Formats: sequence, structure tokens, C-alpha cells
Amino acid sequence: MSTSAKLKREMPQRYRMEAGKCTTCGYIAFPPRSICPECQAREFDTVILPDEGTILTHTVIRVAPSQFTDEAPYAIAIIELGEGARVLCQLVDCDLEQIAIGDPVKIEFRRIQAEGKSGVLFYGYKAVPA
Amino acid sequence: MRKVAIIGIGMNKWGELWDTSLRELYTEAALAAMDDAGVARVDSMYIGCMSSGLFTGQEHLSSLMADYTGMAGTPATRVESACNSGGVALRQGFIEVASGMSDLVLVGGVEKMTDVDGGMATYALATAADQDYESFHGVTFPGLYAMIANAHMARYGTTREQLAMVAVKNHHNGSMNARAQYPFEITVEGVLDSVRVADPLRILDCSPITDGAAAVILCPLEKAKEYSDKAVVEIVGSGHATDTIALHSRKDLSWLGATYTAAQRAYAMAGCKPEDIDLAEVHDCFTIAEICVTEALGFFDKGDGGPAVERGDTAITGKIPVNSSGGLKSKGHPVGATGVAQIVELTEQLRGESGKRQVKNARRGLAQNMGGSGGSTTVHILEVK
Ligand SMILES: [Zn+2]
Repeated sequence: MSTSAKLKREMPQRYRMEAGKCTTCGYIAFPPRSICPECQAREFDTVILPDEGTILTHTVIRVAPSQFTDEAPYAIAIIELGEGARVLCQLVDCDLEQIAIGDPVKIEFRRIQAEGKSGVLFYGYKAVPA
Repeated sequence: MRKVAIIGIGMNKWGELWDTSLRELYTEAALAAMDDAGVARVDSMYIGCMSSGLFTGQEHLSSLMADYTGMAGTPATRVESACNSGGVALRQGFIEVASGMSDLVLVGGVEKMTDVDGGMATYALATAADQDYESFHGVTFPGLYAMIANAHMARYGTTREQLAMVAVKNHHNGSMNARAQYPFEITVEGVLDSVRVADPLRILDCSPITDGAAAVILCPLEKAKEYSDKAVVEIVGSGHATDTIALHSRKDLSWLGATYTAAQRAYAMAGCKPEDIDLAEVHDCFTIAEICVTEALGFFDKGDGGPAVERGDTAITGKIPVNSSGGLKSKGHPVGATGVAQIVELTEQLRGESGKRQVKNARRGLAQNMGGSGGSTTVHILEVK
């Protein structure tokens, strides 16, 4: 379920991968947070996550939720982007049988899904083999 | 704090119960528990339920369930913590009796999941993940646990066959449980040949969609004999912990930190160690979950959960029987009811009433119930007096 307000609110993360970096301990918060879970400090600098990383773990979704049934099967991975920052996203333009932990990937801006009722398109980040 | 006893248990057969409504499911289990305890009313009620709104369109279960158990007027509280809703409901009931606020408390759990189609059920369950940073990208719950499985297999060498052995063991146990949704045996080959859901997990690695409910009655230990002449089972430990909601935020993707912490808290309260536990009911929503949970509970070292299943350590006749009920895998997983059903199984085992699946010399049992990909966990330790 999404509204135009929600769509606009999430643009900094989905379009630009804006994160918060704790000015005290360096913890990277993606999405940004009000308080650091590592040191409880409340000051963050706005940073953009690096667009290169490695696969920590992965899966291939064969039975998909309703918004994604047309795309199945597709790969999902958890990716380490450096300085401890991690994201979960789809891994595309790859051989589904050849994905391995430790593989280098690059983040790209892609279409993620179309909202069922309104047909509104959602964009965001996906990973591709580097 | 007062000591707390379980004096009544109630649970009917689980399955795709098209003729039974949400309120009927709950009421049947609640009345069975009240009959088992020999009480006609309670002082207070907790209802564990994850998502009756999405599954049936019905919220406000506090009023509905107090009303339909014939006790409108009684304080009632609905508790939600995803698949850990039942476990948290039990803990709230335990706290209420322990504190002296109430003497007789009914703790029930319920989920009516088959009034919607599979796609909607998958959507409803996925709301337990981080909607904006996990579900948005198309990951499912099988997908999240599949990623835990791949991380565990890469780090410790856990095998695909060991995952299958968890399902085979739990179906074997469930084949002796008349209440189980799928009370039949399966084979390792059958699991490995079943439909792929989220690699490396297949459909027979996954717990099913289930309609069901379970209920227990709690009272102060010192008053237990006034109500019931059955063996008295005491809740000697209760631990509760949370973890990050998103799997990717956790430092170790092959470790269930909230389960470890909740277990440590429960062991400390009960004054016992993992090796003092005679049997356990754990949250095997997926086969990999049981392997990770048995490590986090301290039954096995990190990475030894897979080999332990292969050695037979978790069989009913093994060193530490796990999921004698059949677990979520065979018994079914009506999400809000699961945590309470674990207590029903342990109480029955500790009373010595489990028939063919009875664990020998069962004196102390542990229940572990978990929400989402491990974002919340409760652990309870029960002892027969
Ligand atoms: Zn910090």
C-alpha cells in the first residue's frame, strides 16, 4: 500500500541511497535514524552509500508475493557496501544458478514494482554483477 | 513475584478448517482449556494473534473473544508480535499472575488463515518483515530464511540433506499427534524433490498455512491444587528479547541473537542450563530455523545444529528431543496460536499424557517462539512439580 506522500518521503533512500553516518562512532544508518544503535549518539552526517559491494548471502525467489509474480524466479541478495553498510535488494542481469557469496556487485537505479490498484511505478536500487 | 502454574490446556485439530470461523476456533480452544482446569470463568484474558485484520478483516479481538467465551466484562488484551504473538501473550499472562494482579488468567492464541487466497496470506505474513527495506524488494519469509540457510551452509558446512532431516523428524513426530495438520511421514528424498520455494528451501522445508487455536489457564502455584488434581506444571522461567527487524541489519546472518538472549534470561530465572532441559518445542517455521534455534538455545555449538539432527540427537529418543508435537512443520502454523500450542504440548508431555510420542522422564521442558526472521523471541521453561 502506497500513497503519493509515502512515495515522495522515500525518494532520498530509494533514488539516492541517502544514509546517516554517526558523527561519534561512524555507524552507517540506512535508512537514517534518530539515535545510533551502537553508541546512542544523536548526531549524524548525511552520506550517500557506495555503489559497489559484495554478496553476503542470497536466494532465488520461486514463489513470489502478488506484486512480483510476473517476475519470478528472481534473485535477492544481502549486500555489504563498505563501512558496515548493508542493503537487501534484487540481483538482476545474472545467471540465477551461478550466484555465490562473495561475488562483487554494483548498485543500479531500476524499476522495482508497480502498485496493484493505482499502477504507480516504484523505482529504487537493484544490484547487478560487477 | 508469585510462582505461576499451568492448570488447563486446550487445543483442537489444526488444518484448513473451512467450516470454522476465527471466533469459533478461539472459543473451542478456550473452553477446552477451561474444562481441563475445571473453571467456568477467568479474571483476565490474553489473545495472541498476528493479523486477524488482514486474514479476516476482524480486529478488536479483546472484546470479541471475551464476549464469545461468555465473559464480556472481563479484561482482555490482544497481543501482537508476528509469529511470536502467542509466546508474548503467555508471558503477559505469566506476569499478570506473578504480580498478584489476577489469579486466573486465560492465554489463548489464534489465527484464521484460509479465508484469503495464498497470495494474500503471503502478503499478510510478509508484513512481519521490514515493509520498506525488505518486502518492498520482493523478498518473502521463505526467502529470508533461505538467506539464513545459505549463510549457515557457507559458514559451517550445513548440508541440504540435514535441512531435510529436520522436516522428516518433525513429520515422524507429528504422525503420532492426532491434532497435527499433516500427520504423516515424509522422506529426505521427498523433501529434496519437492517444489522449490526460495533456494535452497523447498515446499517441504516450510511450515504450512493453517487455521487453529490453542489455550492455557494460569493460576498461582499455591492455588493450583484447589482447581485441578492433575500433575502441576510450573512456569519457572520466562525470557523475552528483540533483534533488528531487518535481517540485513544483523552482524551475523547465521545466528539468532534474540533467541540466544531470551534463552539466557529464561535459564537465569529458572536457575538451570541447556543440559538440564529434557525436551523442547521450538519455532521450526522453516527447517533451517530449527537448526539455528537449537544452537542459540545452547543445546549444540554454533554450526553443530545440522550434524546434531543427522546424529538423531533431536529425535524423541535422542539426547534432547525437539518438537515432539511435530513442530510447526507437521502440526501446522496458525501464527498467533503457535506459541501457546508449544505450551500445550510441553504441559501434556510433563503430565505424561502424550501417548506414543511421550518423551521418557520428561521433567523440564523449554518452549521457544519467534517472530519474523528472528526479530522477537520468547523462551519459557516449564517444570512438573
Ligand atoms: Zn554511534
